[in-house]
Amino acid sequence: MIKDQKTLKVSAIKTGTVIDHIPANNLFKVITILGLDNIKKPITFGTNLESGKLGYKGIIKISDKFFVNEEINRIAMAAPQAQLNIIKDYKVVEKKVVQVPEMIEGIVRCVNPKCITNAEEVKQKFIVTNDGEVSLKCHYCEKITDQEHMAFI
Amino acid sequence: MHNKSLISINDYSKDECLKVLDLAEKFEKDPVQNLLSGRVISTLFFEPSTRTRLSFESAVSRMGGQVIGFTDSTSSSVTKGESLKDTICTVANYSDLIVMRHPVEGSARYASEVSNVPVVNAGDGANQHPTQTLLDLYSIRKTQGRLDDLNVVMVGDLKYGRTIHSLLMALSEFNVNFFFISPEELKMPNEYKLHLKNKGIDFHEQTDFTGILDDADIIYMTRVQKERFSDPIEYEKTKNAYVLRNNMLENTKETMKVLHPLPRVTEVSTDIDVSKKAYYFTQALNGVYTRQAIISLILGLKQ
Repeated sequence: MIKDQKTLKVSAIKTGTVIDHIPANNLFKVITILGLDNIKKPITFGTNLESGKLGYKGIIKISDKFFVNEEINRIAMAAPQAQLNIIKDYKVVEKKVVQVPEMIEGIVRCVNPKCITNAEEVKQKFIVTNDGEVSLKCHYCEKITDQEHMAFI
Repeated sequence: MHNKSLISINDYSKDECLKVLDLAEKFEKDPVQNLLSGRVISTLFFEPSTRTRLSFESAVSRMGGQVIGFTDSTSSSVTKGESLKDTICTVANYSDLIVMRHPVEGSARYASEVSNVPVVNAGDGANQHPTQTLLDLYSIRKTQGRLDDLNVVMVGDLKYGRTIHSLLMALSEFNVNFFFISPEELKMPNEYKLHLKNKGIDFHEQTDFTGILDDADIIYMTRVQKERFSDPIEYEKTKNAYVLRNNMLENTKETMKVLHPLPRVTEVSTDIDVSKKAYYFTQALNGVYTRQAIISLILGLKQ
C-alpha cells in the first residue's frame, strides 16, 4: 500500500521526457533553466528522494515534451549527472546524458560584482572549462565563477 | 589585426605581439608620420587616467590625427544616466577608432560588440590594459635585445596587479624565468602559477629581495597599496620591505633595467632616478611608439 503511494507521487507518463539524477537542491534551478514553469504540459516532479549516486535526488517528468540537445545541455551547470529518458508508450525508447557545452549564455550570474553583466543590461556569456570540475570564465571580465559560487538566474 | 578590437592581451597571438613591437621600433626611429590625416580618434575616459590618455593623444597627434572625447565621466552624458551601449553607439558615428577606459570590468569587450568601429581597451577596472603590456614587452626587448632567456623579477602587489598578470601571460609565450617577491597577503594567485607550470616555465617565490637581484635582467616594480591590507599594522610593517633603493643595485647586471608602470609612490626610491638602470620614464615614452603601432595596424595604415 505504502509502495503504491510512493509511485503515485511521481507517476509514470505515457509519452514525454523523464529527467532523473538531479541533485535535490538544484531541482528548482533545473525547472527554471528549462523554462518548465512556463510550459502548458502536465509536469510531475519529486525531490529529496534517496539516491545511491547523489544522496538525495530530484526527478522531473514532463508529458508530451521532448528537448533538443542544446536545451538539455543548458542544465549541465546545475545537474551535470542528469540522465534523460525519452518515453513513448510507457517505454524508455532513448536515454540521453547531459553534455557540458563549450559556451553558455545567460543561466548563471557572473560572480564578479564589478563585471559589466552585473552593471548594465548585458547578457551573461561564459566559456566553460572542465578539468574535473566545471567552472565558467566570463567572456567579459575574464573572472572565473566556480561551482561553489554559481548563482542561477 | 586590421579592424580588430584590442581588448585583452590574449586577443593577440605571439606573432601579432611581435608585429606590434617591430612596428613600434620603426615609429621610434621616425615618430612623426602623417598617417592619420583626416581621421578622428575618440578617447573616452569614464574614469580619469591622465598618463594613459596623454600617451594615446600624443600617439594620435604625432600621426596627424584629431582626438575627441572626455577625460572623466562627469563631463559626459553618463551623468545623465546614459548607458554605456548608447554612449558607444553614438560616439562610433563620430570616429574611426575608440580608445576607452572604464572602471567596470568587461566594459571594453562589451563596447567592442556594440560599436561599429574598433575599440582599444585602455583599462577596464582590474581586468585588462593590453597596451600597457605591449609597451612593457617593447621595453624589455629593447633593453635586453630579446624576450627569451631572461630573469624577470616582479615585486609588490602580485595578487591584484593587473599589469603584472597580463605581463606574466604575455611573457609566458617566451622562455623566461620568473621571480616573485611580495608580502604573504599579496602573493601571485594560484591560477597564474598553474598556468606557468602547464607551460613548463620556472618560477620562484619569496617574501624579500635576498639573493635575487644580482641575477636579474628586469626588475618590474609595482605599488603595494594600503587598502589591500585587512590589518593596517601589517601594512605599516611590510611597506618598507618592498622599496628598491640604489645601493641594492650595486652588484646587479650592467644591462639590468628597473621598470614600473607608474605612478610610483615610494616603492622605487628617487635615488635610483639618476642611475642608468632606471628605465621607467623611457618606458612611458615607449608607450607612445607602441600605441602608434597599435592604432596604425588596427586602422590598416601599416602592415
